[in-house]
Amino acid sequence: MNESSIKDPIKIALADQRRDWRVTDGTQLSNEINIECDVVIVGSGAGGGTAAEILTQAGLKVVMIEEGPFKSSSDFRMRERDAYPQLYQESAGRQTKDKGITILQGRAVGGSTTINWTSSFRTPPATLKHWRDVWGLADYTEEGLAPWFAKMESRLSIAPWPVAPNENNDILRRGCAKLGIHAAAIRRNVKGCWNLGYCGMGCPTNAKQSMLVTTIPGALDRGMTLIHSARVEKLTSRNGRITSLVARGMAADGVGVNTEAGPHRIFVTARHFVLAGGAINNPGLMLRSRLVDPYNTLGKRTFLHPSPVSAAIMDEKVEAFTGAPQSIYSDHFLDTMPHDGPVGFKLEAPPIHPILAGITLQGFGEAHAMWMKRLPNMHVAIALLRDGFHPQSTGGQVAIRNDGSPVLDYRISDYLWAGMRHSLLVMAEVQFAAGAKIVMPMHEDAKPYRNWLDAKRALEVMTMQTLRTRVASAHVMGGCTMGVDPRTSVTGSDGRHHQLENLWVFDGSVFPTSIGANPQLSIYAMVARNATRLAELAKSPASMVA
Amino acid sequence: MAVSRRTFLKIGVASACVLVAARVLDREVFVLGEARGSLDLRALSNKDAACIAALAGAVLKSILPDDAAARLVAINEVVEAFDRTVAGLSPAVQTEMEELLSLLTFSVTRRFVAGVAKPWDQASEQDVSNFLDGWRQSRFALLQQGYQALVRVIMACWYGNPLSWGKIGYTGPPFGKELGLL
Repeated sequence: MNESSIKDPIKIALADQRRDWRVTDGTQLSNEINIECDVVIVGSGAGGGTAAEILTQAGLKVVMIEEGPFKSSSDFRMRERDAYPQLYQESAGRQTKDKGITILQGRAVGGSTTINWTSSFRTPPATLKHWRDVWGLADYTEEGLAPWFAKMESRLSIAPWPVAPNENNDILRRGCAKLGIHAAAIRRNVKGCWNLGYCGMGCPTNAKQSMLVTTIPGALDRGMTLIHSARVEKLTSRNGRITSLVARGMAADGVGVNTEAGPHRIFVTARHFVLAGGAINNPGLMLRSRLVDPYNTLGKRTFLHPSPVSAAIMDEKVEAFTGAPQSIYSDHFLDTMPHDGPVGFKLEAPPIHPILAGITLQGFGEAHAMWMKRLPNMHVAIALLRDGFHPQSTGGQVAIRNDGSPVLDYRISDYLWAGMRHSLLVMAEVQFAAGAKIVMPMHEDAKPYRNWLDAKRALEVMTMQTLRTRVASAHVMGGCTMGVDPRTSVTGSDGRHHQLENLWVFDGSVFPTSIGANPQLSIYAMVARNATRLAELAKSPASMVA
Repeated sequence: MAVSRRTFLKIGVASACVLVAARVLDREVFVLGEARGSLDLRALSNKDAACIAALAGAVLKSILPDDAAARLVAINEVVEAFDRTVAGLSPAVQTEMEELLSLLTFSVTRRFVAGVAKPWDQASEQDVSNFLDGWRQSRFALLQQGYQALVRVIMACWYGNPLSWGKIGYTGPPFGKELGLL
């Protein structure tokens, strides 16, 4: 088989007049658009996509607006230099305000689900318990959510993956086994996966059951209007309700909005407004719109699972650029670390492609080149820190720049730095246990270490500091905290804004802490429940009058 | 390294002044840098391009092709990709990058902030490496940020280029090979 035998279901549907998809490209507007609908959804990722399916199934008239482009499998060429500018926020170079953390986040139809690595975990019970105990979210129980998890797992083909892990993941498994640390296989949202290893550049075979190939086509078949390549600039509120939103088409290069003269604006009035643009963009839009925020909670408590990185050189070929990118994890350092103690972390492995490796490895010149020349033998581990559970981990704060764009100010506390050091030590030990010849923690002061003792000695005294320690994030959460107390949260447990009765936040930005696991399945299940409640409300006669 | 709040504020204000001065003065005492032939640039000036070319040589070293002519082609492709990358940055980050490049290409700040005496196209690889190391190890966040931004973008520009893949043993995307697209 080769790529010419793969059908692109999106391009086929768009060309099929009988399906009558209503899709507008914001870079190609010839008139100003005015639309009225029941529900408008801002964002098309895990939250927006799930909500779109449920709301259209209920017979509601839905409009979805997405800032990124509408790309699909025939556009996914597995080349980093094409994929990152096209499919990621800020060309995959989004960073926190002090540039200390690089954030991988999607910006395309399907949001981050179009480019994520397919890891699927139910919300850890300990996280839900913390939410009930501290945030008063009484209805976030394992039993209560179980049917919603089951529904979305079935919808997105989330299941154990029967194929052996690639070598990069197997090294993590073997290292953990040697040390007696529990590791297990990750469930994935794939159907007929080819095990290519290019999930992060958009799935070229449509095996990944992202929003792009599941719920969004379903919603379009039921009459949803999709406006892509358009940025929502402002929400207007009056008397405790949102009345309308205005969006602007993007310029042809997709970088910013179109500022040339012409009809670039889109006005939407709706009975309900759903925000699903992610934990940086949602607070950004709400701040830009100067929405009511009586207790100054908006944009606060934004979490990232900040992740230090550790590289290793193995004797045998690893070729971490091939095979399913994430298939093994260890929760040992979450399960054995209570929330009120030192920060816990989840161990995983990332894919290693040339650009990702090139920009993450420290140093330059020969020292850097030497590592790149050993790319096929390179293994990399990451540790996702569970931020937001301890008083000394309060997350970041979203603010808006002068031009209205959002920026996340996330200072890494000493509490988190201690966790970074701990996790770098653990990763080095695991890597040596798995047979690594050399381990190099990703830190400006680190050197290649040839044995565990040398690595341990160095890491124990290494200065843990912003910009010196490499920290990455692929998960944005929080910023629109849900809770029962309006003085400490932005929305209720159903995602409804405390002060604006027809504004709903349906994505990971309502999480009051990080998840402690890759968040997509948490978003799917919680949004499925909350969107079902909204659908019932929006269809009730009383709501029609309002 | 402990820097008191007072010192930090002074540095912050001083850096801001230097950046503004570099951008304003640069237009007044603009000396046209060595034009990089026929490069088609959108965001970078010719002076910026000469700077990036010099940086690329020191950042990438032996990972660039060994043959001199091939090396020149590679560096030009890095410069062009750098230009595309800058054009694709969000406006706020693009402004930061423009300020950084102004600082590096204005002769006064190049000499006193970057510590590079000669214009970029005459600086030796060692001069350039010394500059990079100085900023990398600087105790000022602004300079560390500048170092990391430059190196990251150069790395991304080269390792995104199929010309780089042979030396690092990356076999490339599977379909491309089958269909001869690379």
